[in-house]
Amino acid sequence: MHLLIIEDDKEAAGYLVKGLNEAGHVADHAADGEEGLAMAREGDYDVLIVDRMLPGRDGLSIVRALREEGDNTPALFLSALGDVEDKVEGLRAGGDDYLAKPYAFSELLARVEGLGRRKTAEPVRTRLKVGDMEMDLLKRKVTRAGREILLQPREFKLLEYLMRNAGNVVTRTMLLENVWDYHFDPQTNVIDVHISRLRGKIDKDFDSPMLHTVRGAGYMLRA
Amino acid sequence: MPAIRRTFHLLRSSTFRLAAVYLVVFALSVGAVLGYVYWQTLKLLDEQAEATIAEQVQGIAEQYALNGVPGVLAVIQRRSRLDTGGLYLLTTPVGKRMAGNLKALPAMALTRPGWIRFVFGVETPGGLRKHSARAYYTRLKGGYHLIIGRDVQQLHQFGKIIRNTLFWALGLTALLGVGGGLLLSRNFLRRIEAITATVRSIRGGKLTRRVPVDGSGDELDRLSAALNDMLDQIERLMKGMREVSSNIAHDLRTPLNRLRAQAEDAMRSGDPQEHREALASTIARADELLKTFNALLFIARAESGQAAQGFGEVDAAAVAREISELYQPIIEDEGGRFVLHVPDEAIIQADRQLIAQAFVNLLDNAMKYGVREGEKPDIEIAVEKTGGKVRLIVADRGPGIPQNQSEHVKDRFVRLDKSRSKPGSGLGLSLVSSIARLHDGELTLEDNRPGLRAVLTLKAKGA
Repeated sequence: MHLLIIEDDKEAAGYLVKGLNEAGHVADHAADGEEGLAMAREGDYDVLIVDRMLPGRDGLSIVRALREEGDNTPALFLSALGDVEDKVEGLRAGGDDYLAKPYAFSELLARVEGLGRRKTAEPVRTRLKVGDMEMDLLKRKVTRAGREILLQPREFKLLEYLMRNAGNVVTRTMLLENVWDYHFDPQTNVIDVHISRLRGKIDKDFDSPMLHTVRGAGYMLRA
Repeated sequence: MPAIRRTFHLLRSSTFRLAAVYLVVFALSVGAVLGYVYWQTLKLLDEQAEATIAEQVQGIAEQYALNGVPGVLAVIQRRSRLDTGGLYLLTTPVGKRMAGNLKALPAMALTRPGWIRFVFGVETPGGLRKHSARAYYTRLKGGYHLIIGRDVQQLHQFGKIIRNTLFWALGLTALLGVGGGLLLSRNFLRRIEAITATVRSIRGGKLTRRVPVDGSGDELDRLSAALNDMLDQIERLMKGMREVSSNIAHDLRTPLNRLRAQAEDAMRSGDPQEHREALASTIARADELLKTFNALLFIARAESGQAAQGFGEVDAAAVAREISELYQPIIEDEGGRFVLHVPDEAIIQADRQLIAQAFVNLLDNAMKYGVREGEKPDIEIAVEKTGGKVRLIVADRGPGIPQNQSEHVKDRFVRLDKSRSKPGSGLGLSLVSSIARLHDGELTLEDNRPGLRAVLTLKAKGA
């Protein structure tokens, strides 16, 4: 993917560029708001990574300006302001995701890749399929290798999110935000228990496990 | 010099300025009243004199009509002899006196008939004196000058007396006013100075000083009492701040120190595997520190009321059900017991994220500290609706908190000795407490006999 990082902290931006390159992406860097907006307008980027507080022009107004011009390149806000209100403000300004500083690089990578996929316009689907696992969103039915798997409503939602992001890392925070709609981190690792219960239902009686733990990052569903 | 300076100080005081303004207004009104009386009286007396003169002019005019100049001459001669205060003079066209008690024509241009005022000499035992006169002047046929008037010296004197009275009254008013103002200001100033002196010495560092209160209950006394209350409150807050900052210093220094020690230790080692582990642990420790920072920031924001923007209608019962669903598996996996008691609906005016966070913090606490050594967690979540209040409850069967500590543990960084060995920032309950305050509610920690019963009491919607 081709990414643009608009971030005034040069050291932090340097680590980001390096990390994203290592993950196989190409990342450009703009150090202030005006330059960032100009680069976003000219370049063809898959995802923008925008710091909220910038010299020249703040992150919110950059994304707002792009949206007004009809540019819908997915944007991820980075901010030292971590409160729920700040997140809501960011999303309202046209941002697609929000990550509070400090963040784990794996978290950022997972979210950026998630946004990049979203850009390749996902048609409205009523069925999801990963390997031999199928999900019927209308009948709310899940089968693996033709056998029906009974799931609780929340487990269904959890699996749906994992299937939509199949082949990619999803972090615990992403799960908490998208499946439970909670925007804070509990001290206890509650997500792990839910994952292990889901694993018990979809993997236990089958030969090849599909739900994998990615150490230090999160989880991944793949065939 | 000091006396002058003190007086100058008095003159600059607001009380004195007020007294001075009042004095000026008062003096002006006194002056206006007396001036009016003076003017009216003089006018009246003047009119009376004129009326008397006019009567005589009338009489003499009649004589003149009947008997001509000789008739007038006779009347003047007769009247001049009577000592009634009347002034008369009849002269030839060149000004030679023919009759009358005035010596000569007044030294002024007499061209046409009309009212005149002049000064004339009067022989008294004490010598020649000048008196004022009011008269009517006319010229008879043949050029004879005729003056008929009255000595108005007494009237003049009377006016002078009134004028003098007026000046004296004004002078006295001013004197009394200034004196009273000074006296009043001095008393007031002395009390204000006492307050100023106290405030100065507090600014100088003597924080325990208080403004004197004399018990009179007047506005100055009430001001002093209010100032003292404010000073008490500031002292309390400062004490709190000092505690918090020394706690922060301690509770952040400890993990920072560990972090540093670990990094140093890893640097001495040459084993790459050890380096890798040390780095991973450094990141984990840094994350913990950042969590503590975020919690502190959140509490600070909640206490300043900034976070109350995302408020809306929230069903506390639904939040409790969701949170239970999130936590039940982990408690069951540990072999513990979990109970949920919620009504169908309990609507409150709140921020859903914050209410959920409060539940999560209390649950984390219950799982971490609410379990006795060697036992399984036994946790209850409940939502109760009673009399306009909604109570969110998380209860455990652990060792509980001693009743005399139940207020103290809500403070920042407070960790009871028993919990010191377990991980945690000591901010969990402070965070819940600040969420409660932000919602105009309250967090109470009760005895669950045995165990801890944390109750977050909030106002029900519409209550």
